[in-house]
Amino acid sequence: MSTTISRTAAVAPARRRRPFNARRAGAWALLLLAIAVSVLPFLWVLRTALSTNSSLASQSASLLPADFTWGAFLRVFGLQSPADAIAEGGSGAAIDFWLYLRNSVIFSSITTAGAVFFSAMAAYAFARLRWRGRNTVFSLFLGTMLVPPIFTALPNFLLIKNLDLLNTMLGMVLPYVFMTPFAIFFLRQFFLNMSREVEEAAMLDGAKHLRIFFQIVLPNAAAPLATLALLTFIGQWNEYFWPLLVGSQDDVRVLQVGLGVFKSQSPQGSPDWSGLMAATLVSALPVLILFAAFGKKIVNSIGFSGIK
Amino acid sequence: MTTLAKPTRTARPQTGAPSPRGGYRRLGDLKIALLFIAPAMIGFTFFYVVPTIRGVYLSFTEYSILGDPEWVGLDNYTALATDPLFWNSLAVTGQYVFLNIVLQTALALGLALLMHQVAKSTLVRGALLLPYLMSNVIAALLWFWMLDYQIGVVNQFIEWAGIPRIAFFGSEEWAIPTQALINTWRHMGYTALLIFAGLQAIPHHVYEVAKLDGASPFQTFRKITIPLLRPVLVLVLVVTVIGSFQVFDTVAVTTQGGPVNATRVIQYYIYQRAFTESDFGYGSAIAVILFLILALVAFIQMKFLKGNESDLD
Repeated sequence: MSTTISRTAAVAPARRRRPFNARRAGAWALLLLAIAVSVLPFLWVLRTALSTNSSLASQSASLLPADFTWGAFLRVFGLQSPADAIAEGGSGAAIDFWLYLRNSVIFSSITTAGAVFFSAMAAYAFARLRWRGRNTVFSLFLGTMLVPPIFTALPNFLLIKNLDLLNTMLGMVLPYVFMTPFAIFFLRQFFLNMSREVEEAAMLDGAKHLRIFFQIVLPNAAAPLATLALLTFIGQWNEYFWPLLVGSQDDVRVLQVGLGVFKSQSPQGSPDWSGLMAATLVSALPVLILFAAFGKKIVNSIGFSGIK
Repeated sequence: MTTLAKPTRTARPQTGAPSPRGGYRRLGDLKIALLFIAPAMIGFTFFYVVPTIRGVYLSFTEYSILGDPEWVGLDNYTALATDPLFWNSLAVTGQYVFLNIVLQTALALGLALLMHQVAKSTLVRGALLLPYLMSNVIAALLWFWMLDYQIGVVNQFIEWAGIPRIAFFGSEEWAIPTQALINTWRHMGYTALLIFAGLQAIPHHVYEVAKLDGASPFQTFRKITIPLLRPVLVLVLVVTVIGSFQVFDTVAVTTQGGPVNATRVIQYYIYQRAFTESDFGYGSAIAVILFLILALVAFIQMKFLKGNESDLD
């Protein structure tokens, strides 16, 4: 981080001397093109979500919504009558998005809270405690990062099935809630760099490890813990494969899976594009809000983490 | 980072020898350590270690979930050898991986260089990162709509340009490139940020020396930037390859393996055999092969590309 600042400062005077030249203008143009490709699709999604299905085909080139309507969003939230939906060119298929939204919130929150907390405990043991076999066990934990998720998904599915936990929230969260190898790796890095001084002082006063962990280590690691929680939550919110396998019934189905169902419910002839795009936006909304609020934190974590 | 940091008299090693202040550490906090790693240990054992072993075991069985797994030795693997769908899935996945490596690395490298030259602001980086934060499902649906044959906006442009419309998802030759393009769109900014971080770490004086020596920008790029970026580029390659081999979400949401078998990638094939045809033994055998391929990729990275060593040291 500090290198960024000092290097920018060192470079800046040289730049000011030539405020404009063709190369810089060209570089900016290309960069803006890339930004447009990244961002404009979301505006197109919004435009579609505010359009009437039946008008999409005839006004397919207009940047503004075709026959502006909130109908698609109402449809997604189950507030539109089937008759109105069909009048606007929707399929009239009912989808309980409130339920999926709730399930997504529960699934992502529980797994994030559990994984971050329990991983912090383990990371503390790996970084601050001395015990035989510590490095071996840590290497084993890290090694699991190499196992492809699909490989463990099959046996995990069978385990959850044997435990009779298919289509339960418990079955959905169990594989994530105790730890993720990345979280342990991520937090261990921070814990290793903490000063021992305060910890030692507390030690001499007779504080026990649990108190040190809760009253010294966790508060002082608030920033990395928050970043990790943010990244974990977004990752869990976007998770598709495991919830698809385990949570295929309505009462535990999450938004990502619900989106797929909504898409396939559209009759082959005329997909409910407006409804589908409104649903897509609703599903992306929590991540968009988090990004608006903590964008800097997320962006700055990229260089550090390497792998999500 | 840590507000804890007070001026220390001596830099004490972070790990290793116990503190000289006697009584602070009797060697071995084993008991308390066990308490601290207990929850993680449960997750590690039951959802990583045991399933890994069980997955290998299942690959030697015939198991249709209804009865018990029945040991069949290498039968699944010999069947795989002559299974055209399996070989097709390998070929299709390989095509997808290749396209991703080329597109993503080239575009991301270009973007990182552009950012390095003209824009380091969080806003620019954030805008490029936006697609990465969306789920695969959302990326798939968004492009499924924009690339629609009839009224998708991309095909409108294509028609205006006087080129015949493209059935992005419906034609066998376009199906995999389309999936790769969606994935590239989603990951391009993220990969660029990784490379950008690597560029930031190259000391400025190296470039100044090159300039004094009269190196052309192209020479500088080839002889300095690329070699010094090698660890980051290797990381990017490995992450891209390993990620691409496990493509599933976008295929499941859009083409479901079709048209014909054009997008039946490995993970989709595993999913079909195990979960829609209840053939867990066979599905596990394909998963073992995928596991081996990914292990090989990681091994090659470590052995031959020396990804962990930087020329800077």
